Amino acid sequence: MTAMIDTPKANFRLSMLIYDTRYRSLTIQVVFLVLLSLFLWWLVANTIHNLALKDKDFDFGFLGVRAGYDINQTLIQYTNDSTHGRALMVGLLNTLFLAFLSCVLATVIGVIAGVLRLSKNWIVSRLMAIYVETFRNVPVVLWIVLVNAIMSISMPEPKEFRGENPEASMILFDTVAVTNRGVYMPGPAFEHSLGYTQIGPVYLDNDILAIFAVLAASIWGYRKLQKHAGAVQNATGVRPVTWWKSAAILIVPIVALKFALGFHLIYPELKGFNFNGGLQARNSMIAMWLALSVYSATYIAESVRGGILAISRGQSEAALALGLQQSKAMRLVVLPQAMRVIVPPLISQYLSITKNTSLAIAVGYMDLRSTLGGITMNQTGKELECMLLLMGIYLTISVIISALMNVYNRSIKLVER
Amino acid sequence: MTSQSYVRTEMVAAQKPPGVQTGIVLWMREKLFSSWLNAALTLVAVYAVYSILATVGPWFYRSVWTGSSLTECRATLAATYGEGVSGACFAVIRERWQQILFGFYPRELYWRPTLTLVLMLVALWPVLFSSAPRGVLWFSAAFPAVAFWLLWGGTVWLPVMILLGFAVGYLAYRLISPLNGLLGAIAAILAPIFWWLFLCGPAAELVQSVISIELRQLKSADFGGFLLSTVIGISGIVFSLPIGVLLALGRQSDLLIVRTVCVAFIEGFRGVPLITLLFVASLLLNYFLPPGTEFDVILRVIIMVTLFSAAYMAEVIRGGLAALPRGQYEAADALGLDYWKAQRLIIMPQALKITIPGIVGQFIGLFKDTTLVSFISLQDPLQLVSSIRANTQWNGVYWEPFLFVGFLFFIFCFSMSRYSMYLENKLKTDHR
Repeated sequence: MTAMIDTPKANFRLSMLIYDTRYRSLTIQVVFLVLLSLFLWWLVANTIHNLALKDKDFDFGFLGVRAGYDINQTLIQYTNDSTHGRALMVGLLNTLFLAFLSCVLATVIGVIAGVLRLSKNWIVSRLMAIYVETFRNVPVVLWIVLVNAIMSISMPEPKEFRGENPEASMILFDTVAVTNRGVYMPGPAFEHSLGYTQIGPVYLDNDILAIFAVLAASIWGYRKLQKHAGAVQNATGVRPVTWWKSAAILIVPIVALKFALGFHLIYPELKGFNFNGGLQARNSMIAMWLALSVYSATYIAESVRGGILAISRGQSEAALALGLQQSKAMRLVVLPQAMRVIVPPLISQYLSITKNTSLAIAVGYMDLRSTLGGITMNQTGKELECMLLLMGIYLTISVIISALMNVYNRSIKLVER
Repeated sequence: MTSQSYVRTEMVAAQKPPGVQTGIVLWMREKLFSSWLNAALTLVAVYAVYSILATVGPWFYRSVWTGSSLTECRATLAATYGEGVSGACFAVIRERWQQILFGFYPRELYWRPTLTLVLMLVALWPVLFSSAPRGVLWFSAAFPAVAFWLLWGGTVWLPVMILLGFAVGYLAYRLISPLNGLLGAIAAILAPIFWWLFLCGPAAELVQSVISIELRQLKSADFGGFLLSTVIGISGIVFSLPIGVLLALGRQSDLLIVRTVCVAFIEGFRGVPLITLLFVASLLLNYFLPPGTEFDVILRVIIMVTLFSAAYMAEVIRGGLAALPRGQYEAADALGLDYWKAQRLIIMPQALKITIPGIVGQFIGLFKDTTLVSFISLQDPLQLVSSIRANTQWNGVYWEPFLFVGFLFFIFCFSMSRYSMYLENKLKTDHR
């Protein structure tokens, strides 16, 4: 065995920055960082220079200025005297509202379609395959525009509901009118309304707060009751009868609240050329909602199908061998494992639904992009601020949703060995 | 021994199964009516199919293919099938299909995009199917420049000089690397950039003044329809894959700064809707660049779409990298391969293979997303459909052009997804 060569001398030479692996990564990173900073500095310097050339400044003061435009669909109080900041809030809430509705409907359709595509029924599985392939291979904008067209061209005008023998009639026991101006539905109203609380710029509807509080308290009470029943069962082996107690806890408070507030529904009525009273969902919203849901549902269907297929047959066979019924085997063995595969793509689908609500531009639904990134931007001429704020808000929503996904992923992670 | 006559010497022919257990009856019992629930589902499905066909079928059947306006169409319909009957008016597509395909590209120059499409198929051939001759790959490499020249026109020497940039880089590498390997690599990067920034344009002008070969120059405003979608889509696809690979590697890297920057880039681009990025391309880029910089709007859109798609691609590829067993990395290290060789020879081929469905899905999404450019007033197919509908001749026609556009998108996307399945099958090496 030959003697080992002397270890290299410890003194530092400049070439070691490149040839010595200990230093090389550091060199690369420093060079990278310098180049990147130079590039960013170049962008910022250009922006400052350009702003100066156009005689503009960079501030968000315009958010406190009177907006001066109307928004046709608002979830919170808004008039054209409100500020641009308020318009931003209206837009943001509209975006979130639409995203929420679409996520719910897309999940329902997607799960049904995904399960049915695996059905042994030949015709049903083929139909679902056709549905999935057709809808996901055509741009969602086209679906949005198409649904909007169906709503505004094929649906009857409000005047066709008039007369002894109307050409069109309301559906669902004469409560909902589907017209070419939108869908009119019964709306909630409170006789003894509790009014609003104003905290700074935020208005809170006391009625809705009361309803949420009562519901939360009921559910908390119900949980308590179940927990207690469980404890008794563990101790004595006999589960106490709880169904009437839980029914009372869940139902009585909310019914009492209904009477206390004088809650009733206002039905839409034809007055003049249009329907009055109740809630109106404009065509733009219906179009966005249906098109986004039906389109995104195809992706959800595929991940549901993939999730169920990913669970090996052995699992369901083992469950059946244990004597579980088919339905119980599905509920207790297959689904909990499939959820682990299904949920991550499901949540990223929710994320993309939320981002796709910005396509409301195609039909004129007043979402965040149309208020902040549309009218506000055009009126104030603050392109840079508006776009940065808009992207920042979307980014925040995405980061929150991904953070939730990471929490979920961690909670269901398989613990191995 | 005498023969035992009670033992049969030949087999009895097998009996046919009972009638209910063969053929169509069995198939229907198993596939359509195996349980009450299934039977109900079947009936509902049959009813749904029937009601769709009953509405759409006659409308399709009574289609009119000739005529130059909707009124004419309706007159033909009324004459053939009687008053008040609805039918499809596909005459609008027959009349305007060229516009939907090419936008406002000059009619006499339609041969250019068509030729580009044919050449694109040739260029794609060796990329998509390994049975093609490998030599064609050189053509594939040069295709972007060819396509640029054919579509936008102008002097042929500009794309040639741009391609020469790569030769310049190679030359610089060959000349300098014998002296010092690292310097050679740096020169191979800097020389072409220098060439493209300062020498390329003048050189092209010089050669053009000596040997003039040029096509009629077109502006980006002339582009539209599926031509525009395909240009943006294909460029986005071609450029986003390599950038996505680099980003994915950066995100997996041990270098802290590189990793942080890659994560910020990926999450930043994935967190905002594409439409805001397109607005940035059309409104804000003027702020970020030196005053007076003007560059083509299609190019800006391609850059934004590419970056957006690359961020998604990076996540898809990261999934593939994460799915590779640790042993693959260790085996590559054990063989003494350096980082890039290990990536090129061991890691990437496997990671890309298992991410094919994801990558192709991303391509499909990118192609569909090209319709969003209509919101920054580029003439994509949907925008053209609305302008056709706004036209007095065709005012009131609705479904037909949308059907046509939807159908073309479907063909493109569906064939991509089928190709990905074919590729997946072909590359499948596990024998499960």
